[in-house]
Amino acid sequence: MAPTDSYAIECRGITKTFGSVVANDHIDLTVRYGEILALLGENGSGKTTLMNMLSGIYHPDSGSIRVAGKEVSISSPEDAMELGIGMIHQHFKLVDVFTASENIAVGTPGKRLPARVMREKVKEISQSIGLEIDPDRRAFEMSVSEKQTVEILKVLYRGQKILILDEPTAVLTPQETDKLFDILRSMRAQGCAIIIITHKLHEVLAISDRVTILRKGKYIDTVETALTDEKKLTELMVGRPISLKIARPDPVGCETILKIVDLSVRKPDGSLAIQDASFEVRTGEILGVAGIAGSGQKELCECIAGLCPAEKGAILFHKENLVGKSPREIIRKGVHLGFVPEDRLGMGLVASMGMVGNMMLKTYDVPKGPFVDPAPARRQAEALVERLEIVTPSVDTPVRLMSGGNVQKVLLGREIESEPQVLVTAYPVRGLDINSSYTVYDLLNEQKQKGVAVVFIGEDLDVLMELSDRIMVMCHGQVTGVVDARTATKDDIALLMVGGGKEAQA
Amino acid sequence: MLIKFLVAAIAASTPLLFGTVGEILSEKVGHLNLGVEGMMSIGACAGFMVGMQTDSFVLALVAAFIAGLCSALIYAVLTVTFLADQNVAGLTLTIFGIGLANFIGIFMLGSSESGTLKLPAGITAQMREISIPGLSTIPVIGPLLFSYSPFVYLGVLIAILAGLFLKKTKMGLNVQAIGHNPAAADAAGINVTRWKYTMILLGGGICGIGGAYCAMIINGGVWISNNVGGLGWIAVALVIFAKWNPWIAIGGSFVFGALRILKYYVPKSVISLPTAFYDMLPFLMTALILVISSIRKKRDLNLPGSLGVDYFREER
Amino acid sequence: MIRIVKIKEKNSRQTFAIHLAAFLLALCAGGLFILMLGFNPLEIYATIISGAFRSKMAIQATIKIMIPLLIAALGVMLSFKMRFWNIGGEGQIIMGAVFATYFALFHADWPSFILFPVMFIAGLLGGGLWALIPAFFKVKFGTNETLFTLMLNYIALYLVSWLQEGPWRDPSANGFPKIASFGKSAVLPKVFGVQIGWIVALVLVAVLFVYLRYTKQGYEISVVGESQATATYAGMNVQKIVLRTMFLSGAIAGICGMIQATGSDRTLSTGVAGGVGFTAIIVAWLAQLNPISSLVIAFLFSVLEKGSSVIQSTYGLSTDCADVLQGIILFFVLGCEFFIRYKFVRDHKGGGKKC
Repeated sequence: MAPTDSYAIECRGITKTFGSVVANDHIDLTVRYGEILALLGENGSGKTTLMNMLSGIYHPDSGSIRVAGKEVSISSPEDAMELGIGMIHQHFKLVDVFTASENIAVGTPGKRLPARVMREKVKEISQSIGLEIDPDRRAFEMSVSEKQTVEILKVLYRGQKILILDEPTAVLTPQETDKLFDILRSMRAQGCAIIIITHKLHEVLAISDRVTILRKGKYIDTVETALTDEKKLTELMVGRPISLKIARPDPVGCETILKIVDLSVRKPDGSLAIQDASFEVRTGEILGVAGIAGSGQKELCECIAGLCPAEKGAILFHKENLVGKSPREIIRKGVHLGFVPEDRLGMGLVASMGMVGNMMLKTYDVPKGPFVDPAPARRQAEALVERLEIVTPSVDTPVRLMSGGNVQKVLLGREIESEPQVLVTAYPVRGLDINSSYTVYDLLNEQKQKGVAVVFIGEDLDVLMELSDRIMVMCHGQVTGVVDARTATKDDIALLMVGGGKEAQA
Repeated sequence: MLIKFLVAAIAASTPLLFGTVGEILSEKVGHLNLGVEGMMSIGACAGFMVGMQTDSFVLALVAAFIAGLCSALIYAVLTVTFLADQNVAGLTLTIFGIGLANFIGIFMLGSSESGTLKLPAGITAQMREISIPGLSTIPVIGPLLFSYSPFVYLGVLIAILAGLFLKKTKMGLNVQAIGHNPAAADAAGINVTRWKYTMILLGGGICGIGGAYCAMIINGGVWISNNVGGLGWIAVALVIFAKWNPWIAIGGSFVFGALRILKYYVPKSVISLPTAFYDMLPFLMTALILVISSIRKKRDLNLPGSLGVDYFREER
Repeated sequence: MIRIVKIKEKNSRQTFAIHLAAFLLALCAGGLFILMLGFNPLEIYATIISGAFRSKMAIQATIKIMIPLLIAALGVMLSFKMRFWNIGGEGQIIMGAVFATYFALFHADWPSFILFPVMFIAGLLGGGLWALIPAFFKVKFGTNETLFTLMLNYIALYLVSWLQEGPWRDPSANGFPKIASFGKSAVLPKVFGVQIGWIVALVLVAVLFVYLRYTKQGYEISVVGESQATATYAGMNVQKIVLRTMFLSGAIAGICGMIQATGSDRTLSTGVAGGVGFTAIIVAWLAQLNPISSLVIAFLFSVLEKGSSVIQSTYGLSTDCADVLQGIILFFVLGCEFFIRYKFVRDHKGGGKKC
C-alpha cells in the first residue's frame, strides 16, 4: 500500500448519527491526487452524508479525516474550502439572481473585482478546460448543464484540488454526461483528486479508477474498477445477488382513455413550457415519460390535473375535454395525480397531519353537511398500513416524521385506494432505496393489470425501459417521439431527449 | 414657501431613512424584522434619557445606537439561533419595545420634579441646524443643503455608505448571497450565522438612531409616550418601495417625509381637508404602494429570496 | 464550538414542560428587570395577582379586560391558522366599533331586541369587510398582507379621529372633539355584574373549537395553511377559502369592537382597540392557535393587565409593564420551542481547522 502521504483524503472510522438513525457507521475512504474514486451505494446508504462531512456541512461524531496527510477537523464549509475541498451538490448551490461571475466570486477571499476583470478571468479559466459559459448570464436563466458548469468553475477558480460531485449525471442528457466525464478526466490529468457519488453502475465502470461501496451506512469494500463488473458491484451494493430486472406484465385491454391534442402550456413567466404536445394514454399499460428534468413534465402533470391552465389544445378523457375543468371535477372523474415534486411533502400530502388527515384530502367534502367524517379515512389508513407495510407509530403521527419510503407509500396508497382510471406519477421512486422502489414498481404493475392507465414520469432511463410499455420522450416542452419500450434502444431515446432523431411511432 | 416645504420634508424624512436603511440591512440577510417600530422606540428612549442626563449629543447617539442594537439582538438570537418564526418574533419586539419605552418614560417622569421631561439647553444647541458661514446663506441652495440638524447628514451618510457596502465590496456581495440563498452562501464558505448577526444588529442600531430623532427633535425635546407613532411600520414598507436599495431609500423617505408635513403647508383656502386625512395620508400611500408593487408582475431581482425563512444548515 | 442538531421531536407532555419552563424563566427575567428598577419582584408579582382578585369588583374588572382580548385572539387565530399574517386586528376592531356606533348613535330609539342584533351584525360586517380588503389584494396580486393589514390599522384609527372631529362630534362637549356617550338603550346589559360580552366570548370559544376541529371549512383552513399547492392539488378553491376565512377573522374582531364600544366604553373613541389587536396576536400564538388554550392565556394576560393598573396606583409604575412582561413571556416561549425539535451539542474536537 502506498504511504499515507500520497492520499489527498483519508477517512478512517467516520461515524455520524442523526437522532437514533446511524447514517454512517465506521466508514473508511481514501482518494489520491490524480485519481477518480466512485462512491457507490443505494439511496439512503450514507454517501451524501459522508461527503457532507468532507465539505463541512455536517460534523462527524467520531473518526478521523486526513487531508494531504494532515489530520484535520472540518467544522464549516469555510474550513473545507481552505483545505482545497470543493463540492458540487446534487441540488446546485447557486444564487439564482447572481450572474455566473458573481456566483464564482462570492465567498472567495480578496477584494471584489470590477465586473470587467472578473468576466475576463472567468472566460480564461473556462477556456483552459474546454468549457463555455456566458459570464453575465444569471443563474435562473441557465439550463441545468450550464449551472453545473458554473459549479465546476467555482471549484477551479478557487484552485481547489479535491473535487466531490454528488450524483452529477442525474440531471444531464447522455451526451452532456459524456462531456462532463471528458472534463473530469482532464482534471484528473491535471492532478485533481475526484470523488463522484453515483448509483449508476455503468457510469462507475466508465469513469472511475477505484470504487468504494457503502450499504446501509456501513463500509463494504473498495475495489479496483478494472477488476470488477456490474454483477459484482450490484452484489456488493445490495448485499445479495439480485436480478435488477423489473417485472413487465403484458398490457391488458389497451383502449385510449386520455387523448392529448396539440396541448400548449405557458409558465407563469410567460415562456412556453409545453408546445403542441399530442399523445395518447391507454388503459392497462404503463406510459413512461423520459426527458431531462424541466422539459415540461411538471407542467404536463399539472395541466392534466387541472392545476395550471392550457394555452391551447385539448385533453380528451373519454372524448370529454378536461381543459378548463377545476381540479375537483377532474378528481371526481377518476383522473388521479400522484405527483411527487422535489419536496415530497410540499404537495400531495399535508406534512403536519397524520395519515388519517391525509387520507381524506381529496374526499373530505363528499359526505353531506358541514362536518368532516374521519372514520372512513381512519379505516382506510389502517388498512393501508397493513397492506403496504407502512412503518409509523400510529395513523395520527404527522407524516412529516415518517421516512421517505413510507411517505411515498402513503401518497401512492391513497391514490390507489381511490380506484383511479388514470394514475399519473412523477418521480415516484426518487430518494427511495431498492426495496421500496420495487414495492412501488409492483404497485404500479398491479394497477396496470387492473386496467388502470398509468403514466410514469421517470428520470432513470434503465428503469423506464424496463417498466414501461411505451415511452414518450420530451425535450424543451415538445414530444419528440413515442417508442415501444420493448424494442427501442437506449441510444434512440437519448437522441430523442435532445430533440434529434425522426419521429418514431409505436 | 416651496423651499421651506422642501427643507421641512427633508427633515421629516430623517427617522424614516434611518428605519428603512436599518431594515434593508436586516432584510438583505433574509430576516424580515417587523420589530423596527419597537427598536426605534427603545432607541428613542435610550437616546432621550442619556441625552437628558449627560447633555451630550454624541453620547445620546451612541446610547440610541447601542439600545437599538441590543433590542435587535433579542430578535437575532430568536430567529437566527433559535429558528423562531420571524413574523411573530418581530411583532413581539415591537409590542415589547413600545411598552418598554413608554414604561421607562413614565418611570422617569415620576422621578422628575417639573412633571415633564425636557432635554437641557446644551444638547438642544448641539442638535440645532448646523449653520456654515458663507454656505448656509446662499439663496435656495443654502437652506436646501446646509441648514439641517446633524441627524439629517448622518442619515444620508449612513444610507450612502450602506449602498456602497452592498454594491462595491466583496462582503456586500457575500451578504446578498446569504439573503438570496443561505445554503449556497454557506456552501461557498461564507459564515452565514456571523453575517446574519452582524447585519441584523447593525440594522437595529441604525433604527435606534432613527428613534432618537423621533424622541429628541419631533416634539421639541419634550418626552411623550408613543413618540415613534407608526414611523417604524412605514419604514418597513418603504423597504419594498426602495427595492432594497439604500440609495433609493433616501428618495423614498423624502416622499413620505413630505406627506407627513403636508398638512402644515397646504393653504386652507386652496384645499380644505380634515387634519385626520393628512395624518392618514402616509399610511394610505404606503398601502397603495404595496398594492401597486404587487401588481407589477415582473420578478424583482432585489427581493432577497430567503426573506422570512430561517436557515438551518442540516435541514435537507 | 457549539452546533445545532435536529433531534426526535418531543411528545406533547415534554412540550408542555418546556413551555412551562419558558414561562417561569420569563417571570424570572421580568423579575430581574423589576429588581433593576429598585423594587422587590416577589412583592410586585404578589400585588399583580392580589390586585386582580382582591374584590368582587376587581374580578369583574379583570373579566372586563379579558372579553376583548379573548375575542380578538379568536379572530387572529383563524387567519394565523391559515398562515395569513393578519396584523390588522386593531383596525378590524375599530371598524366593527364604527359600524355598530352608527346604529347606537342614530337609531337608539329602536327597541333593544332589534337594536342589539343590528349592532352585532353591523360590527361583524364592519370588521369582516375591513379584513376583506387585504385578503382581496392578497389573492389577486399577492400583496404583502402583513404590511397592508397594518396600514389599515392606522387608516381606521384616523377615520375615527375624523369622525370625532367632524361628522359625529358631540356638540355638547364644549368644542372638545369627542363622540357623544351612547344612550342607555344602546348599551349592552350586564350579567353577573359584567357586560354580556363574556357570554359572547365563551360561546365563540366553543364555536371556534368545533369549527376548526370538526368542520370541512376548518379542515380546509389547516390544509391551506400548510401548503397552498397541496390545497389546490386536493381540489380546494384556495382563493375562496382565503377570502372566507379572512372575512370571518375580521368579523370576529369586529364583534370585539362592537362589544367593547357598546358594552364597556359606551362611546366610540380612537382608543377603542387600545392595542388589543396586537396583544391578541401574542395570546393566539402562546395558545398554539387553540381556542380553549387561548381562554386560559387571555385570562392570565388580563390578570397581568388588571394587576399592573394596581401597580400603577400603588408603586407609580405604569401599566405599560404589562406589555413588557407579555413581550418577555413570548420571547422565552418562542425561544424554547427550539428545544422541541433541536438541541445544542458541543464539538468533540473544538473548532480549529487543524489539530
